[in-house]
Amino acid sequence: MNFELNIMLLQLKELHVSIKGKEIIHGLNLEVKAGEVHAIMGPNGTGKSTLALAIAGKEGYEITAGEVIFNGLVINEMPPEERARLGIFLGFQYPVEIPGVSLTNFMRTAINEVREYRGLPPMPAGEFLKMMEEKKQLVEIQSKLTNRSVNEGFSGGEKKKNEIFQMAMLEPMLAVLDETDSGLDIDALKIVANGVNMLRRPDNATIVITHYQRLLTYIVPDFVHVIYNGKIVRSGGKELALELEEKGYDWIKKELNV
Amino acid sequence: MPDTNEILDNLTKSEYKYGFVSDIDTETAPVGLDENTIRYISSRKEEPEWMLEYRLKAYRHWLTMKEPEWAHISYPPINYQDIIYYAAPKKKQFTSLDEVDPELLATFDKLGIALEEQKRLTGVAVDAVIDSVSVKTTFQETLAKHGIIFCSFSEAVKNHPDLVKKYMGSVVPYTDNYFAALNSAVFSDGSFCYIPKGVRSPIELSTYFRINAANTGQFERTLIVAEEGGYVSYMEGCTAPMRDENQLHAAVVEIMAMDNAEVKYSTVQNWYPGDKEGKGGIYNFVTKRGLCKGANSKISWTQVETGSAITWKYPSCILMGENSIGEFYSVAVTNNRQQADTGTKMIHIGKNTKSTIISKGISAGFSNNSYRGQVRITARAENARNFSQCDSLLLGDKCGAHTFPYIDVDNRTAIVEHEATTSKISEDQLFYCQQRGIDMEKAISLIVNGYAKEVLNHLPMEFAVEAQKLLSISLEGSVG
Repeated sequence: MNFELNIMLLQLKELHVSIKGKEIIHGLNLEVKAGEVHAIMGPNGTGKSTLALAIAGKEGYEITAGEVIFNGLVINEMPPEERARLGIFLGFQYPVEIPGVSLTNFMRTAINEVREYRGLPPMPAGEFLKMMEEKKQLVEIQSKLTNRSVNEGFSGGEKKKNEIFQMAMLEPMLAVLDETDSGLDIDALKIVANGVNMLRRPDNATIVITHYQRLLTYIVPDFVHVIYNGKIVRSGGKELALELEEKGYDWIKKELNV
Repeated sequence: MPDTNEILDNLTKSEYKYGFVSDIDTETAPVGLDENTIRYISSRKEEPEWMLEYRLKAYRHWLTMKEPEWAHISYPPINYQDIIYYAAPKKKQFTSLDEVDPELLATFDKLGIALEEQKRLTGVAVDAVIDSVSVKTTFQETLAKHGIIFCSFSEAVKNHPDLVKKYMGSVVPYTDNYFAALNSAVFSDGSFCYIPKGVRSPIELSTYFRINAANTGQFERTLIVAEEGGYVSYMEGCTAPMRDENQLHAAVVEIMAMDNAEVKYSTVQNWYPGDKEGKGGIYNFVTKRGLCKGANSKISWTQVETGSAITWKYPSCILMGENSIGEFYSVAVTNNRQQADTGTKMIHIGKNTKSTIISKGISAGFSNNSYRGQVRITARAENARNFSQCDSLLLGDKCGAHTFPYIDVDNRTAIVEHEATTSKISEDQLFYCQQRGIDMEKAISLIVNGYAKEVLNHLPMEFAVEAQKLLSISLEGSVG
C-alpha cells in the first residue's frame, strides 16, 4: 500500500504552549509521516510531557501560538475526546486508577464511542471479546486484569502494559508514548517494545518520549529529536540516541552554550 | 449485568422526564387537616370503625408532637393546613382494565409500567398507586394460587382485617415520630403483602407510586409480612409532575420477617427534585423499618435515591431473632439544590445477629448529602457483628458531603467496623477517559456507576438498568 506512505500525519508549526501563563514550549517544529517512529529525548523538565499532553489536548495546556495539524486538520481548539476519536492516542506516563470500572467495560465504551464518531454501529459483543483475547496476548497481559477495575491494584509494569494493550485495542493513527519505559524491568520493557513493534504499520506513526536510550534498543526509531528548554535543538537518525547515551545531556548543553 | 454502554446511549436530556401532568378527573378532600378531614378520608374509603379510631388516635398524638429539627436539611416551615390530604381518580374500584380511565392507563404507559398482564414476560406483579388510591394490582390471581396476598392497603383493610389489625403499627407505631404519626392519621393507600409459611414468591412484587394532583400530599403505607420460611423480593418506584410548589410525601413501610423468612426491599426513588434553582420538588419524609422477629430471618434494604428536593429517610432493621441479618445498601445522589439526609439504623437484640451497611453518597451542584446511621448493640446481643462502609463522592466544589455515624455498644463480644472515605472525581480521571474517546458526561456516568456498582448489584435486574440510567441523568450538566 505504497500510496499510504509519506502521508503527513502530524505537523507542529512554531508551537508555543503555556501552563498557567508560563510558557513551557517555545516555538517547536516537528513533522511526523505515516510509517515513521520518532523518538523525543531530553533532560527532565524540558517540556517532553507538556508536548505530549498538548498534542492530546489536555485542559490547561494552552496553545498560545503556532499550530497542531493532524491529518491536515488544525486541531488547536479540539476537545481531547475528538482528537482521540480521530486517531490520536496517548500512552500515559502515570496511568490513573478508575475504581469500579472494569477494564473490559472501559474499553468497550471507548471503542464504541470512537465507532459512533465514525458512523459505525457498536461492535458486536463476540467480536469485541475476540479482539480482547488477541490483544491481550500481544502484550502478555493476564486475563484477570481485564476483569479488574482500570489500573486499580496494577503493578507499575502492568499499568504500562495496559497502556499498550489499550493502544492495540484502539488502533490509533498516531500514538504518543510518554515515558512508557519508566519503572519497567528489562522483561517488561521487552514486552512493551515488542507490542509497539507489532502494531507498526505503514499507515500509522509512533512518537516515543523517553529519557534513556535503553528503550530505543528495542523500538528502533527512524528519527531522534532532542528537546531542550521547550525547543527541538537537534534531530538525527537512531545514532543520535547512542551518542547521547555516551556523552550525556551535558554535551548538548555545552554545544548550546548554556 | 446490564450493558452500561447501551444504557448510556439511551440517555435523554437532563430534563426530568416524568414531569408531565395527566388530565384525570379527580375528587379531592377540602384543603387542610382536622378530625373532619380524617373522617372524610375514612368514609371515602368505607373503612371499619377500628380503622377510623386508629387514625384519630394517631392524629391526636400528632398534635402533641413537634416536627424534628435534627436533620442536616433546611426548608421553610410546612403549612399543614395548606395541603390536600386526599385525591383520587373519580371512579375508584376497577374490576377490569377496560373500566380504567384511558388517560390513567396512558399515564402508566408513559411511565413504562405495564399494567396489562399480557406483558407477563416482565414477570413482575405491580400495584399502581396514583395520588391517594391504588388503581390496579396485577397478577393477583397467579399469586393467590401460592396463597400470597398482594393487594392495595384499602382492600386489605376490607378483606383481611385480622392481618392488618395484627401487624399494622407493630413495627412503626404511630407514636414513633412526627411524620409516622401524620401518616397513620391520613394515609390513603399503599400496598399490602402477605407471604404464608414456607412460600417463596415466584415473581417480584412491585408498587409504583405517582403523585398527579396539585397541592396534594401523598401518604402511602406499605405492610409486608413474611411467615416462617417465606421469601419475597419487593420493589418500589415513584415519580411526580414538575410543579413550582413543594409537595409533601410522608410514607410508612413496615416489614415483618418470622423464622427463616427473607424480605428484600428495593427502592428507586425518583420524585421530582425541583428545578436548577431549587424551586419546587417533593419533600420526602419517610419511615421504613423492618423487624427480623424470627430466628435466621433476613431483611435487606436496597435504595437508589435520586429524586426529591428533600430526602429524610432511614430504612432500618431491628434484629430480634437469633442469627438474624439486616442489610442496607444505598446510593443517594443529590444535584443542584437537593438535600438528602439518609441512612439506616441497625438495632441488634438477638444473639449472633449480623448487619451490613454500604452507603454511597454522590453530591453535585450546590447540593448537600448526609449519611446518618446508628448501629446499636444491646446488652443481650452476644456475638453481634456489624460492618459499615460510608463513601462520599463529590463532583465540583460547591456541594457538601457529611457523615453522622452513631455507634452504641453494650455488649463486649460485639465486633463493629466502620469505614468511611470521601473522594472527588479527579481531572486526571476525566482526561484519561477523554483521551480514549469518551466525552466528559459519559466519563462521569461511567465513573459514578462504577462507584455505585457495589450497591446496584443488589438490585433486581429490572431495577438495575433503570437505576443506572437514573444516576447518569441525575448528574447531567453537573460538570462543565
